[in-house]
Amino acid sequence: MQKRFVSIWFRHLTTDWLTLRRPELKLMPFVFAAPIRGRMLITAANLLAEQQGIGVGMAAADAKAIVPSLEVVDDIPGKAAKLLEALGEWCIRYTPLVAVDLPNGLILDVSGCAHLWGGERAYLGAIIKILRSKGYDARGAMADTVGTAWAIARFGKVKPIIEPGGQTEALLPLPPAALRLEPLILERLQKLGLYTISNFIGLGRSALRRRFGEDFLLRLNQALGNEDEPLQLIQPVEPYQERLPCLEPIRTVPAIEIAIKKLLESLCFRLHGEGKGIRTAILEYYRIDGEIGSVSIGTNRASYHAGHLFKLFELNIAKIEPALGIELFVLKAPKVDDVEPGQEAIWSPEGCGLEDAGLAELLDRLANKVGADCIRRYLPQERYWPERSIKLAHSLQEKKTTAWRMDRPRPSLLLAQPERIEVTAPVPDYPPILFRYKNVVHYIKKADGPERIEQEWWIETGEHRDYYYVEDEAGQRYWLFRSGHYDVESSKWFIHGFFA
Amino acid sequence: MPDTKKDIISQLRKDILLWEGFKPPATAGADTFGLGPLESAFPNDIFPTGTIHEMICPTPEQAAATGGFMSGLLASLMNHESACLWIGTTRKLFPPALMAFDVEPDRVIFVDLQREKDVLWAMEEALKCEGLAAVVAEVREISFMQSRRLQLAVENSKVTGFILRNDPRKLGTNTCVARWQISSLPSELEDGLPGVGFPRWQVELLRVRNGNPGCWRLEWMDGHFVPVDEKTNIHELQKRQAG
Repeated sequence: MQKRFVSIWFRHLTTDWLTLRRPELKLMPFVFAAPIRGRMLITAANLLAEQQGIGVGMAAADAKAIVPSLEVVDDIPGKAAKLLEALGEWCIRYTPLVAVDLPNGLILDVSGCAHLWGGERAYLGAIIKILRSKGYDARGAMADTVGTAWAIARFGKVKPIIEPGGQTEALLPLPPAALRLEPLILERLQKLGLYTISNFIGLGRSALRRRFGEDFLLRLNQALGNEDEPLQLIQPVEPYQERLPCLEPIRTVPAIEIAIKKLLESLCFRLHGEGKGIRTAILEYYRIDGEIGSVSIGTNRASYHAGHLFKLFELNIAKIEPALGIELFVLKAPKVDDVEPGQEAIWSPEGCGLEDAGLAELLDRLANKVGADCIRRYLPQERYWPERSIKLAHSLQEKKTTAWRMDRPRPSLLLAQPERIEVTAPVPDYPPILFRYKNVVHYIKKADGPERIEQEWWIETGEHRDYYYVEDEAGQRYWLFRSGHYDVESSKWFIHGFFA
Repeated sequence: MPDTKKDIISQLRKDILLWEGFKPPATAGADTFGLGPLESAFPNDIFPTGTIHEMICPTPEQAAATGGFMSGLLASLMNHESACLWIGTTRKLFPPALMAFDVEPDRVIFVDLQREKDVLWAMEEALKCEGLAAVVAEVREISFMQSRRLQLAVENSKVTGFILRNDPRKLGTNTCVARWQISSLPSELEDGLPGVGFPRWQVELLRVRNGNPGCWRLEWMDGHFVPVDEKTNIHELQKRQAG
């Protein structure tokens, strides 16, 4: 899915917070200051102070000299992080994926959320409007990547919403600082006269790496969307996982069975509540000798039916080696799917179709014992070449896209490889009079054909085949073909199948 | 007196059949498989479903004929809506051919296994799955005990099972309800037209539990089994009339 991110920048995060707490500060310039290397340095300044030329990093005494009425408040360590966390939790109403972006921002993964607010513009507008009405001076931007959203939120002048795929264009006029670079690198860029991103984005990657390091390229790629950027979410999605520590090391099969049942029950309870089902599950066991082993199962259909899943694990219990004993079981479900809620049958039909849950469970059991690739289902394919006229279906539910052809006779048994036979065929383009297969001579009494099937030249080169449907004197029916055109000496004949 | 004795004996026979698990026909004359006179070989004159049939096919030609005949039976069992499982080790069945016998090949799930032991295990598991129309397994040998396990499985689920004995070494006793052997017969077209006609088989029932073994000739025509003798009789009649 197309990823979309919102970056929110709180321009005066801590000072805004203090203004909310002490409304009398609203009309006077004030700063936060902390002792750094023996001096009181300003760590945050409110809007009024900034307007009078006071910035972060100034000494508090200097600022006092510029603005005598300046209020200096002691900085509270860790306040910004706490505030952001609280704001981030509040933002979960807009998207479940919120990350804190220290020192003064939030990152929201809003993929697939905006339409609920009637479009991206309305969505971003709603967030920023509410934050501002609370008293926080926030700026927001939306883009395909975290890096671009961050840059536009802080340095963008044109529009806050960058349409999908437009990140390169949007970044071009921005200063290099928009790329979240180290101050040292920024200084170097400044010295070289590279004042905007457009100045260096076209330069060779190797030259950039040599001059500015790997970190620089990483940031550039993250902004352009060439590299993923993992987010540290405030409320991480809880993995589908259950643990069962054992008081005593477990060695016997009944004990392992009990452990699996317990784990499945608690996991399936959670899955059932969320309407999800297991597609693959891994049972890891930690032995007391420090070894870790695992067995895994897979299902054809998502299932939260503990009894069925237990049966699948039961087939694999023999693969578990407890050795001296197992002290911890961990059941993980790395792949879960939505479960389609089944309609309770009002009357049960005669026999079941392919959609039946019982059949899916049976196939799960077979697949987990003998391997999923042993179970095959075929669908027709629009091809004449007999071997390629069918294809494997990927799932039980897959529907055929074309009808099965019935207009031509096809044998009940088809040999995987056509086998050479010796024939007597004196008349061109007539079926042979007799043929010898496995040292038995068959005299042909009746025949249909030929049916010419051309080689699919775009896949394979070779001769066409002329198929004959023949019956010998005992009534046994065969499918023979001649490879290529008729030739008295060098025609090659094959048997390819047996008819019912 | 003899009449009453006969009545008593026939009543007893019926009861014995009932105790052995053969249901009397639900509706008189229900002839869903269309096997014609062949069905008289079975108890109650009805093709037994919900049990295991054994089919002997030593040669590939016979295997093909058996495949065709059984596909015809499967068509009635599956009835265009249910699924069927086909288990084997060296399967050669060509799915599109099933279409000629009214079975949609995409409703058949093939399970191709390596070992014969797995085939029997898979068949037993599948036979326990209620609602599958039929389960077909290709095995070489089956012991009495193994066949008994299968029989116990179908008694609960009422699934019909077919065992295809490709290349059998010895034919021992087992619990299967019937042992079939099907071989091809020369087909015939009306009025001696050239070409190959409808598939025609000689169907031998070598063993039937509580029934009468015998030998019949059947043809598959337009989605139905047609007993051959009747048809030839009609032809002969027509010929005679024409002559």
